[in-house]
Amino acid sequence: MENPKVKTLDKVVVRFSGDSGDGMQLAGNIFTNVSAGLGNSVSTFPDYPAEIRAPQGSLSGVSGFQVSVGSGVHTPGDACDVLIAMNPAALKQNVKFLKPGGVIIVDIDSFKKEALDKALFTTDDPYKELGISAQIVEVPVTSMTKAALADSGMDNKSILKCRNIFALGLVCWLFDRPLDAARHMLLTKFAKKPAIYEANAKVIQAGYDYGHNIHASVSTYRIESDEARPGVYTDLNGNTATAWGLIMASEKSGRPLFLGSYPITPATDILHELAKRKDLGVKACQMEDEIAGVCSAIGASFAGNLAVTSTSGPGLALKGEGIGLAVIAELPLVVIDVQRGGPSTGLPTKTEQTDLLQALYGRNGESPLCVVAPATPTDCFTMAFEAARIAIEHMTPVILLSDAFIGNGSSAWRIPEADEYPEIKPRFVPEEMRPQWSPYQRDNETLARYWAVPGTPGLAHRIGGLEKDADTGAISTDPVNHEKMVLLRREKIARIANDIPALEVAGNPDADTLLVGWGGTFGHLMTATADLNAAGTPVAFAHFRYINPLPANTAEVFRKYRRVIVAELNCGQFADFLQAKFPDVEIHRINKIQGQPFLVSEVIEGVNNIINK
Amino acid sequence: MENNTYTAGDYKNGSPVRWCPGCGDHAILNSLHKAMATVGVEPARTAVISGIGCSSRLPYYMNTYGFHTIHGRAAAIATGFKVANPEMTVWQISGDGDGLAIGGNHFIHAVRRNVDINILLFNNKIYGLTKGQYSPTSDRGFVSKSSPYGTTEDPFVPAELVFGARGNFFARSIDVELQISQEILVAAARHRGTSVCEILQNCVIFNNGIHNYITDREFRADRTIHLVHGEKMLFGKDKEKGLVRDGFLLKAVTIGQDGYTIDDVLVHDAHCESNFLHQQLAMMDGYDLPLAIGVIRDVEALTYDEGVSRQVDEVRAKKGFDTLRSMILAGETWEVK
Repeated sequence: MENPKVKTLDKVVVRFSGDSGDGMQLAGNIFTNVSAGLGNSVSTFPDYPAEIRAPQGSLSGVSGFQVSVGSGVHTPGDACDVLIAMNPAALKQNVKFLKPGGVIIVDIDSFKKEALDKALFTTDDPYKELGISAQIVEVPVTSMTKAALADSGMDNKSILKCRNIFALGLVCWLFDRPLDAARHMLLTKFAKKPAIYEANAKVIQAGYDYGHNIHASVSTYRIESDEARPGVYTDLNGNTATAWGLIMASEKSGRPLFLGSYPITPATDILHELAKRKDLGVKACQMEDEIAGVCSAIGASFAGNLAVTSTSGPGLALKGEGIGLAVIAELPLVVIDVQRGGPSTGLPTKTEQTDLLQALYGRNGESPLCVVAPATPTDCFTMAFEAARIAIEHMTPVILLSDAFIGNGSSAWRIPEADEYPEIKPRFVPEEMRPQWSPYQRDNETLARYWAVPGTPGLAHRIGGLEKDADTGAISTDPVNHEKMVLLRREKIARIANDIPALEVAGNPDADTLLVGWGGTFGHLMTATADLNAAGTPVAFAHFRYINPLPANTAEVFRKYRRVIVAELNCGQFADFLQAKFPDVEIHRINKIQGQPFLVSEVIEGVNNIINK
Repeated sequence: MENNTYTAGDYKNGSPVRWCPGCGDHAILNSLHKAMATVGVEPARTAVISGIGCSSRLPYYMNTYGFHTIHGRAAAIATGFKVANPEMTVWQISGDGDGLAIGGNHFIHAVRRNVDINILLFNNKIYGLTKGQYSPTSDRGFVSKSSPYGTTEDPFVPAELVFGARGNFFARSIDVELQISQEILVAAARHRGTSVCEILQNCVIFNNGIHNYITDREFRADRTIHLVHGEKMLFGKDKEKGLVRDGFLLKAVTIGQDGYTIDDVLVHDAHCESNFLHQQLAMMDGYDLPLAIGVIRDVEALTYDEGVSRQVDEVRAKKGFDTLRSMILAGETWEVK
């Protein structure tokens, strides 16, 4: 028999919010991992401020972590079922993310006059001021945490740092998460600080018990699980997935992995992860600037490594000239751009898809290269691998367009077996070709030139940024030769279309409307497609992970539909790109440039507006 | 120590050399071919990486691996190259504009990291390839196409930058001093870590005679001093002059005058850990004190590329994984059956 007070939901969205020093990301991460361990699919969205430490209790210092757990989870959710607000500023900033009928849990101890003032409330009734009609559970988190640690001998400041774990304990109780797994994660986190671990273990139990004791006042939930494919799973965020995909490509190509990088939000975690992976032989170098990041990678590529540089939009701008060198020298290079809001410094911690045209065209001269974009956090693994595969097998730079949303977001990921990914075959100069080999000699099928790794006797050669003769590889300023080389470099990229998967159509393929997206918006667009079809609006859905070149069947797919709607987090860059390529296709647009992912509801509304026009 | 495996010709390729007739670069190129033969590293194990500028054309004249890159970035490219492929001997060719203006940041960081590369800095105090603008080593007041009324800025002294970046090898030569150029290039090649060789080079077209005060045959013996490790710091046509201590500073004296004897003259120690005296020697400019040529500082220290490789080995010995999969499985996971 079901407990009548337990709601059975297929998925639930929880948002932890507090001051940026309150440890909301840690609490959210532990909740996510515990849920994933129970077999839920998970998707997370950390929403943290640009300031490292904004004034305590201020509106600009609010940090949030939203997670959706359950079955059929593709996004962190538009809005949350449960909002945890550790102070008045967090409540004010986050109440807009609460679903109708949702529940708010506040640390009532923090709702004092001073804190209300800092959050710019003008009255002493914040709920009324915000017009909240939702159920609010006032929990004395601070005083209960203090009480739990009264005998610990810890100072007040250290005790207050455990408030997040009290809230986590309460949420674990609310969603029926066993504490063992959470305690295990705390033990890992505080392995070198046993006293801190002990305190947090005590506090998480206190939070859980508190939930139990107030059972009467909140409905509890039970969360459904997906039937996942058998295998060993881990929780994986997009930036780590990117790093791991590159390592897999290194294993499959036999080329050592080199990263030249410079710290930049929100891409730095890729550098962090690869710096740790010296245990797998990775050489990750933090260089003196973005330019040195790409240039050291180009040097490593010339030297025979799988070479990578990682950055975000402003860094990509700085790397432009270097990438052009890799284009003309025809060296393999992976450039990762974890996109953020721009222009200039813009919104460093927020997500956007505004670097598409920069990736495609942001260099001097005719300098075509391959552009790919992962669809989800875990797809970053696959697409980083693909970027490396294409770079090495086609001797070209490849730009991987990730974004802050999928870079920081995470979901459960089945660890691939050793043989799931193909071998990558570097195009070394074949033995029989060596006596007459010249540096710009090409493979007939792909037009890729060959990779002569320095140190190989008999293959010493000179390359560089000056135009080269197509036959001899010597410097050439011949006008006809230049045009020939420009067209060869373009055709080489175009032919990659023969080496990538066809575009697939999801949703209702017989609809007359095709919804199109690319990169990190997949989860929202997929969910919107499912919801539209369920509501009786037939919509087909095609999502691009390969942007340049486009999959070979793109025109064929587009021409099946009366209209194509391109939804993207910019002013229409992909739509413009497609319209130029397919002038006969009726292309409509849904755009959002707020530094935030789409809401599923926004996409549904946008599609309906276009269809009903 | 002569190595007889290779000749200078083994490092030369057949491409026609395109520098202007009379350009100082020809002499430096010859010195480099000879120095490489003396050191004897196989041409296929040698890479020459350059930026942009007249001097940066040099890789095309080598029978080694070569990469003519983009303006100012050769040091960063050479760094990545050396870390990725430590078996290679790496030479970087740069000019005063390429290395110290647009590439100044990469230059100081390469020196700071002590990457095992040999940097040749061709200093002609002018931009030649863009046809005659002042460079970061042009003297204050220098008149050029971009400074028709004279520059209003002070120049870099390359040596001072090297020491400021904690460099461990600095040497200097003059294009016309083929023997000394060869000598410092051999020493640079044998030094592990970043070696900076400044070579005063004459641009016959846009800055002809810029180093004449120093290089003029009539005065060269008095205005330069050839420093050799372990030898007395003597100069002058008949080696009649020497450098002595003057408090914390240096002083040029004539032996036998003012009570100075040969015993007072300092002995050059290029391997001294402290760079105090090296800096003073490197800053001598040919006016009050003679310009120092030869190897001024040559001190061994752990190189960046070796540090990276060593750390990888250490980490792998302690807790290394064979595959990505085994590394991931050692972390937080769960199984779905």
